[in-house]
Amino acid sequence: MINLNAGAPKVPLAEQWASYKAGCKLVNPNNKRKLDIIVVGTGLAGASAAATLGQLGYNVKAFCYQDTPRRAHSIAAQGGINAAKNYQNDGDNVYRLFYDTIKGGDYRARESNVYRLASISPEIIDLCVAQGVPFAREYGGLLANRSFGGTQVSRTFYARGQTGQQLLIGAYSALSRQIAEGNVKLYNRRDILDVVLVDGRARGVIARNLVTGEIERHSAHAVVIASGGYGNVFYLSTNAMGSNVTPAWSAYKKGALFANPCFTQIHPTCIPVHGEFQSKLTLMSESLRNDGRIWVPLDKEDAEKLRQKKIRPEDIPESKRDYYLERRYPAFGNLVPRDVASRAAKERCDAGYGVGTTGLAVYLDFGDAIRRLGQEAIAARYGNLFQMYEQIVADNPYKTPMMIYPAVHYTMGGLWVDYELMTTVPGLYAIGECNFSDHGANRLGASALMQGLADGYFVLPYTISGYLSGEIHTPPISTSLPEFDEAVRNVSDRLSRLKNNKGTESVDYFHRKLGKIMWEYCGMSRNEAGLKKAIGLIDDLKKEFEANVRVPGGLKEYNPELEKAWRVQDFIELGDLMVRDALQRRESCGGHFREESQTPDHEAMRNDDEFAFVGAWQFKGSGSEPELHREELHFETVAPSQRSYK
Amino acid sequence: MIFTLKIWRQKNAADKGGLVTYKVEDISADSSFFEMLDILNQQLIAQGVDPVAFDHDCREGICGTCSLYINGRPHGPLKGVTTCQLHMRSFRNGETIFVEPWRCGAFPVIKDLIVDRSAFDKIIQSGGYVSVNSGGIPDANTIPVPKPDSDAAFDAAACIGCGACVASCPNASAMLFVSSKVSHLALLPQGRVEAERRVQKMVSTMDSLGFGNCSNTYACEAECPKEISVVNIARMNREYLAAKIFAEKEKQISFSL
Repeated sequence: MINLNAGAPKVPLAEQWASYKAGCKLVNPNNKRKLDIIVVGTGLAGASAAATLGQLGYNVKAFCYQDTPRRAHSIAAQGGINAAKNYQNDGDNVYRLFYDTIKGGDYRARESNVYRLASISPEIIDLCVAQGVPFAREYGGLLANRSFGGTQVSRTFYARGQTGQQLLIGAYSALSRQIAEGNVKLYNRRDILDVVLVDGRARGVIARNLVTGEIERHSAHAVVIASGGYGNVFYLSTNAMGSNVTPAWSAYKKGALFANPCFTQIHPTCIPVHGEFQSKLTLMSESLRNDGRIWVPLDKEDAEKLRQKKIRPEDIPESKRDYYLERRYPAFGNLVPRDVASRAAKERCDAGYGVGTTGLAVYLDFGDAIRRLGQEAIAARYGNLFQMYEQIVADNPYKTPMMIYPAVHYTMGGLWVDYELMTTVPGLYAIGECNFSDHGANRLGASALMQGLADGYFVLPYTISGYLSGEIHTPPISTSLPEFDEAVRNVSDRLSRLKNNKGTESVDYFHRKLGKIMWEYCGMSRNEAGLKKAIGLIDDLKKEFEANVRVPGGLKEYNPELEKAWRVQDFIELGDLMVRDALQRRESCGGHFREESQTPDHEAMRNDDEFAFVGAWQFKGSGSEPELHREELHFETVAPSQRSYK
Repeated sequence: MIFTLKIWRQKNAADKGGLVTYKVEDISADSSFFEMLDILNQQLIAQGVDPVAFDHDCREGICGTCSLYINGRPHGPLKGVTTCQLHMRSFRNGETIFVEPWRCGAFPVIKDLIVDRSAFDKIIQSGGYVSVNSGGIPDANTIPVPKPDSDAAFDAAACIGCGACVASCPNASAMLFVSSKVSHLALLPQGRVEAERRVQKMVSTMDSLGFGNCSNTYACEAECPKEISVVNIARMNREYLAAKIFAEKEKQISFSL
C-alpha cells in the first residue's frame, strides 16, 4: 500500500499556504533559464501555468492538440467564476467559500487544498481585470456579481454567458506575450501520446505532430499535465469533440495514481438527445433555473400523447403538471444542486413521465416568469441562451417550454496530486480538471474556472520551484536516452497496429458503444450487479476493438481517424477503471449515486465511517487488475453533515 | 433528407485539389451540418475511402475552430451562426451543397477543408495583450470602468478568431479581427497604457503576413458569426493615425532636445 500523504504544512488551516510560501525553496534567475518545463494543454490551467512559468524565466514548452491555444474547451464555460471578494457586503469570506466547496463536494475533497483555493480566489479576479477581461460592471464602474448554483451569497463574477471565453482569452494573451518574448515555445496540433520517465522522474513526452504524423521527442526537467477532463468516455457529453484523457492516462500507466475516477458530474440542464447520429450535447446555463420551473405531466397518458406530438405542453392545465423538484424539495425547489436535479429528472423519465420524442426530457418552463416579469426582462437575462436553444431545437422557448435532460459535463476525478499538485511520479504535476483535488464528489457551479486559474497562475509557480531547486545541477535532458527510444518504439508500434488492423468497424462505432455502457451502468445511478456486468461488457468491447477496428489513412499525414482511435482505446481502458472505482465505493455521494445506499425516501446516503477516503488507483500492467490505495480524509475544520434540500 | 455534396478534397498543401461529388441520404432535419458530414465520413470509411478532414471542436459555436465556405458563404447561410451550429433544416431537401476551405494566401490549406490560421496567433503575439505579470496586482475595483465602455469592450472581445472576416473579404483583409482586439483593449483603462504601441505593432504584423487592406465592403461584418461591428475598424484606424502622429511628434521633440 502506497502511503498517500498530501504533505500540507502542519499549521492551522488558514496559515498553511502563507507558511508554505514562506518556506518554499526558490530558484535563482540564472538557473531558471537552464530549466525546461513541459506543459501539456492550454486551457485555463495550462495557459495560465505556461504564461506564469515563462514570466518567471523558465524555458517552457506548451503543447495543445488544437490549432491555437485559444480554442481549449475552457472557452465554453458559460456561467462565471467564484471569488471570495465580498464586494456585495453580503457576508462572504474565504472561510465561507471554502466551507461551501467542501460541503458541495459532499465531504470527499481535501481541506488543505480547498482552503488554499478559496484564499487565492480574490487574486484571480484582480489579475484577470488587469489583463483586460471585460467582466460585467455596474453603472458606477465597479464589478457586478450574481448568485450562482443556489449559494446564499453573490460571489460569482461573469462576462455575459461567455465567462470561460473571456478568461481563456486573458490567459491566451498572457501566454502569447511570453511566446513573443521567447520564454515559451508553442507546439500546436500535437497529441501527447506518452510521458517519459528517466530514473523514476518525469523527463519528457512523446508527441505526434497531427499535421505531418511525425513522432517527436521533447525533454524537460519537469512535466505538467493540464489536459482537462475525461467526460468524453460517455461519447455524448458537453465536452469538445477532441477532449481526451490520453496525456493523463499515459501518466497513469507510467505510475501516477488515478483518483476517484467514478466521480463525474451530470449537469441537469442540457438540450436533450435527438437521435442516433448526435455527436455532442449542448449545455444551457444553470442560471436558467433561477426563473424556469421544471415539470413533467402528472399523468402517463399525457406524457405519451406529448411524445407522439398529439398535444403540446401548453395544452396541459396547471393541475395536470408535476413540478417534481418543488414537490420533493420545498426548501430549494428548482435550485437544488446539480446532482440532485439530474437524478430527479432521470427518476421521472424512467418512471414513464418523460417527454420529447425519445421520452428522455423534462420541461423547463418560463411561462410564470414571463407573466410576472414580462418577456423583455426574461430576454435581457437569458436572450442569448433562448436564441441558442431555438437555433438547435427549432422551438421558441418564449412560447413553449424548453426541453432539458441531464448530460455529462465535468469530471471531478483525475490524477492524484499532493499539496504541491505533484502526482506520485516525481517531477510530474497535474493541474486543473485533470487532477482530482478540489471538488470532491460534486463540483459547485462557477468553481471550475476558479480552480484552473488558481492552479496555473498562483499555486504551481510556487510549488514547482521547490522541486526544480533540486534540479539546478541537472543538465538539459537528452532525448537520445534509451528511455526515449523505448517510448518512441511503443508509440510507433501501437500506431502501426491501429493503422494496420484489417477490421470492419469505424472508431465511432466503438466509442458510441462504450458511451452506452458507461451511461447505462456508470451514469447517474449505479448498482453492484450493473457495475459487475459493465466490467465484462467493457472487456468484450476492448477485445472487439483490438480485433475489429478499421482506421483509414496513413501514419505520416493528417489523420483524424487515427487520433480518435488512440483516444478511444484509452477511453475504453479508463471506462474499466471508472466502473471498478464505482463498484468499490458502496455509498452514495455527490455525483455517485449507489442504489444500495439510499434513505427510505430515496435520497443519497453517504457512509463516512467506511468511505471518507480518496480512492487512488495504481496501474499494475495490462491484463492485471489495478490496485486501490486510500488517502484518508480528515475533516478538522468542517464537520461532515448529510446534505438536505427538503 | 437527401443532399448532393460537392466537397473540396486536397491531400496536403502541395496537392492541387478539386471538388468531389458525394450523396448522403436519410439525413434528419435536426442533425447539425457536421453530423451530416460525420454520416458521410462513416460511409466513406465503410467504402475504404479516406474520410473528409474538417476542423471542428466544441460544436457549440464558441471555440472558433470550425470554418468552411458553404455555398460560397463563410459559416453558411444564417446570420450570426457558426458552421457547427448550423442544422440541415436550413437547407432544401435534395439541394446540392458546395463545401470548400477558406481561400486566403495567409491561411494555407493543410488538408481537404482544413486551413492553417496560425497567422492570427502571430498577430496577437505582436501586441494583443496588456503587459501585466501575475503577481502584485491592485484590487480589481481600484480601476472603475464606465459600464458603456466595458460593454463596448466586451462586444469587441466576443471575437472567436475563426477567420470568417478574412474569408469573406475580397481583399482577404484581417482588419475586423485585428481591430476587435485593438478596440477591446483600447476601450479599457487597463489597456490604454500601451494602446499606441499595440496598434502599431499589430497592424505592422498584419501587413507583413500578407493580409490585404480594407476597402469598406463590410462583408466581414455581414458574415462574422459573432456579429462584430465594423465600427471597430474605424476605431482602429483612428488609434493607428493618432499613434503615428504621436510617434512623429515624439521623434521631433527628442530631436529638438
